[in-house]
Amino acid sequence: MQKIYTRMGDGSIVVLSEGELKQDLEEGTRDAAERAKISPLSRDELAYLFDIYSAPYRFVSVEHGNEVVLSYDAGTLKIKRVGVLTHRIQSLQIYEKILGADTAELDHVDYSFKPVKPIMAYEQTELEQALLMMTIPLFYGAMPNLGLYTQPDGSCPNPMELLPQGKIAEAREAQEEVMEYAVRDMIYVASTMYEAGADGINFDTTAAAGDADFLATLRAVEILRKKHPQMCIEMGMSGEFILGMHGELTYDGVRLAGLYPHKQCELAEKAGATIFGPAVNTNTDKSCAWNTARAVTFTKACVENSHIPIHANMGMGVGGLPVIDQPPTDAVSRASKAMVEIGKLDGL
Amino acid sequence: MAIAHSTASGMGGMRTAGDLVARMQMSRSMKIKEAKEYVASKLKVSVSDLADPVVMSEMRDDLNIGMVSASLFPGSAKGIEAKFRIAELLGIEINCVNQFKDRIK
Repeated sequence: MQKIYTRMGDGSIVVLSEGELKQDLEEGTRDAAERAKISPLSRDELAYLFDIYSAPYRFVSVEHGNEVVLSYDAGTLKIKRVGVLTHRIQSLQIYEKILGADTAELDHVDYSFKPVKPIMAYEQTELEQALLMMTIPLFYGAMPNLGLYTQPDGSCPNPMELLPQGKIAEAREAQEEVMEYAVRDMIYVASTMYEAGADGINFDTTAAAGDADFLATLRAVEILRKKHPQMCIEMGMSGEFILGMHGELTYDGVRLAGLYPHKQCELAEKAGATIFGPAVNTNTDKSCAWNTARAVTFTKACVENSHIPIHANMGMGVGGLPVIDQPPTDAVSRASKAMVEIGKLDGL
Repeated sequence: MAIAHSTASGMGGMRTAGDLVARMQMSRSMKIKEAKEYVASKLKVSVSDLADPVVMSEMRDDLNIGMVSASLFPGSAKGIEAKFRIAELLGIEINCVNQFKDRIK
């Protein structure tokens, strides 16, 4: 009986038997299918996943011809995060010339629309310089991050303080007020950077603050699509499930709370997004095989239900990757191959 | 992690035709299959050639649309110059190219 070296969702090594691996894959896909009311992976797809996870190699890859486009959220931040002392334009050149990136993204260290608003002139001029030097498409990215608009960081009452006091109506009212500010900021920043020449705008970690965060972003995308019909808009999500922090918000008649990726992408497309990025969370108590089977199941349904390209989030802690700062390449490459070849992604 | 993904499943960016395929997703919202077929038809190569750095570096050199090693070749297109040619080659609008043209009118 073959012993299979794989990892848990926290990155630690675990040794499974063939039977245990099969069981993890079946349970992972079943969990996603039951939660989102979508189809589980087929017997053939599970067999292919088994082959990927039972391969003894440290690194696996897609077959020739199955390569996809990679987009990089918070690109310039990630060079800074590891303490490499480069200017942001040099970071973009590293992505373009050294990492083989298909696209790159300029962003500010305070990666949210609200805090970059007062420094737009600096962001614009740096983008202009970067665009003169670069060949690959360049996004400007930031997070909607509605949490920044509530007290003590912002002016609106804080729903997280109101909810425990049972002030449901007041909490909802506060979130509705926050949305007004956030939509205005997102439109201002996105328009300004597009007018400076950006190839696209990336709304990253959308819905991190729940359904109001998602609705504000959908509204901003809708307005930007009318204002700039040619603009590329990527909407990347923060988690697999829209948290109902408000609970009653709808877009185009659809209640947002509780939506899974295959329904989120319908609304993103309707609002005018060019590319959608589903995020499926990793469970650290389960194996990477279980997590990838689950992530592929959610993502495959999303791809099948969309007419726009799907670039799944596959950074630390999402898309079948372990929750660890330096994800092992054995785990990354297996999830990458599985999500592209079984999930049928257009990019990641 | 970026390196692992790029090696496991990425097209290869400027080493290949990854940036060109990305531009079709970004400008026309094309799915990966359609975007690859579109770029392959414009370059007159097979779809499988698009991720081959040997075929594509020669192709990029011939078309002068920017290469990873452009710094070794004086006169070869870099940055915005390459994007002027890419816009024409793919028949798409590139925002910064259009803005550049507007500013020097």
